[in-house]
Amino acid sequence: MIDLQTSSPDAFLSVRDLRIHFDTDDGLVRSVDGVSFDLQKGKTLGIVGESGSGKSVTSLGIMGLHRSKRARITGEIWLDGEDLIAAGPERVRQLRGRRMAMIFQDPLTAMHPYYTVGQQIVEAYRVHHPEVKKKDARKRAVEMLDRVGIPQPDRRVDDYPHQFSGGMRQRAMIAMSLVNDPSLLIADEPTTALDVTVQAQILDLIRDLQQEFGSAVIIITHDLGVVAELADDILVMYGGKCVERGPAATLFQAPEHPYTWGLLGSMPRLDRELQDRLIPVKGTPPSLINVPSGCAFHPRCPYAELTGGRSSTEVPVLAEAAERHHAACHLPAADRHRIFADEIAPRL
Amino acid sequence: MTDSSTAAIPAPAPAADREPLLKVTALAKHFPITKGVLRRQTGAVRAVDGIDFTVNPGETLGVVGESGCGKSTMGRLVTRLAEPTGGKIEFEGTDITHLSTGAMRPLRKDIQMIFQDPYSSLNPRHTVGTIVGAPFRLQKVQTEHGVKRAVQDLLELCGLSPEHYNRYPHEFSGGQRQRIGIARALALKPKMIVADEPVSALDVSIQAQVVNLLDDLQSELGLTYLIIAHDLSVVRHVSDRVAVMYLGKIVEIADRDSLYKAPMHPYTTALMSAVPVPDPGRKERRERILLTGDVPSPINPPSGCRFRTRCWKAQDVCSTQEPPLVAAKVGHQVACHFPENPVLV
Repeated sequence: MIDLQTSSPDAFLSVRDLRIHFDTDDGLVRSVDGVSFDLQKGKTLGIVGESGSGKSVTSLGIMGLHRSKRARITGEIWLDGEDLIAAGPERVRQLRGRRMAMIFQDPLTAMHPYYTVGQQIVEAYRVHHPEVKKKDARKRAVEMLDRVGIPQPDRRVDDYPHQFSGGMRQRAMIAMSLVNDPSLLIADEPTTALDVTVQAQILDLIRDLQQEFGSAVIIITHDLGVVAELADDILVMYGGKCVERGPAATLFQAPEHPYTWGLLGSMPRLDRELQDRLIPVKGTPPSLINVPSGCAFHPRCPYAELTGGRSSTEVPVLAEAAERHHAACHLPAADRHRIFADEIAPRL
Repeated sequence: MTDSSTAAIPAPAPAADREPLLKVTALAKHFPITKGVLRRQTGAVRAVDGIDFTVNPGETLGVVGESGCGKSTMGRLVTRLAEPTGGKIEFEGTDITHLSTGAMRPLRKDIQMIFQDPYSSLNPRHTVGTIVGAPFRLQKVQTEHGVKRAVQDLLELCGLSPEHYNRYPHEFSGGQRQRIGIARALALKPKMIVADEPVSALDVSIQAQVVNLLDDLQSELGLTYLIIAHDLSVVRHVSDRVAVMYLGKIVEIADRDSLYKAPMHPYTTALMSAVPVPDPGRKERRERILLTGDVPSPINPPSGCRFRTRCWKAQDVCSTQEPPLVAAKVGHQVACHFPENPVLV
């Protein structure tokens, strides 16, 4: 649901009612089904959800990386005053890599094994700056590698991706995506394939670079710990829809949606006393071909019967729960706050 | 802290009255690196390089470490899926280090394994009934009401429906497949289960279901677990004792509470401080130790203490003398010349 009242006109990226559907032999897959959000420059949005919740499809949609024959994309994606869906693929290609760039989960598959890291960064740079000489572009590549913390960048620039360790490859990919100073950076599970100590380095690097370049960042992850480290705002996705969205601080302190409670309850946490048992969300995530009727979460929701049957018949809309904090849930706000305070918060 | 002061404290004995179920001494696995047509050996990957630990009946030992630290190789050695290069593995007092495949077979009943990837560890051409029933056929175990009934009971025990008997693995979600793998491991009522990253391939909400299932099965069946994982918060949740590995060595092994409340090895401290925590207010308050660089290569590990190249406390002695794994307090062993949270003697 669009809430134009709260969307600020100075947003650098505005997504409105984005729907991305795929036609398959088994039926229509509604991967993204009406997602809206705003993002300012210099801010970080965290998109959280389990596999199949539509978070990666959303990011690929913004980057214009879905093949138009397969995917049906509707809605609006405004990047700095320009609607990317209306603009067409040729225009999006000009913007991609220059105004917006992406960091992928697995740098080994995202980089070409036959070319040196330097060649790939140079190519990314010269595609958008054809007037720049090769020598200068190479200098720029070394500079970028140095900036992301690769030791001896003037030597490592001629290495192949397989000669880099996992953490260094991810640094090199960040260097490649930032070579054109993009104003929007999308990081899709940037640290999932990395060890915790390296993950901490990469998260720090992304934070530092954002402060330096002032870009808008979308970080997509299934790890609530990672978004807590980086994000200013958080959007929780379930079954292709946004179920809750709000500033990171309020979303972690006073989450409104039962699914968010479930996510928080099922994580073992190092910063708390040891719980006896974890509280998992029962059941499994829904199939996107057969999304449950009404609220997609209702078959797994422990409080579904409190809505008097509405949750299985009526799709809940994102409604304001607090300032800038929205949740799509049929439970009356008073009930939600009582349940969270009495049952959920003490167990977290 | 000197060796004499630490040696004065008796070795930890959380269950000294009982004989350990599994005892590992100086266990090593070196993978040879060969070169040329003659396949001359030019070096070795020291995946596991001399580790000692015990697992007592009924307890869970968690093993944590970053990728490449040798934790999975260790799991394959104690289940004898890989041949050790050196050291000794004793299971219930029997030396199983170099048992032949045939001699090992009767023992397979007692040691089972749960694998990381629920997609590649189940044969896609076999039904769930065949997969979970395979241990009975291989070990020629007779069941009271037939294999089918036994398999259906196992499926129910693991939270699946007995009607799933005739279905194929592709019809299940990741979490359900992991349950099938667990049912198969439980079929012959093993004494010990080695689980290599049992939940890391699963979604957060499903992870919690499987962790709780492992918990329940342990208390119901009195199982002993050796759980290998990289996720420190999952390991804290499931383990009674925890071992931390770095480059083929155990650098710290301790009771869970002791390890997580007062870690002594700088590497453990750094690992814990690197775990992201779902609390946005906390990132300003806490002190984070940022390790620089990557794990060195196990082909050519650093001299002395292997962690010294990334350690902020390293001094000359660290490069010349390898710190032994010694008891620093009851139930807490650490291999470091300058441990954190030292015990004042």
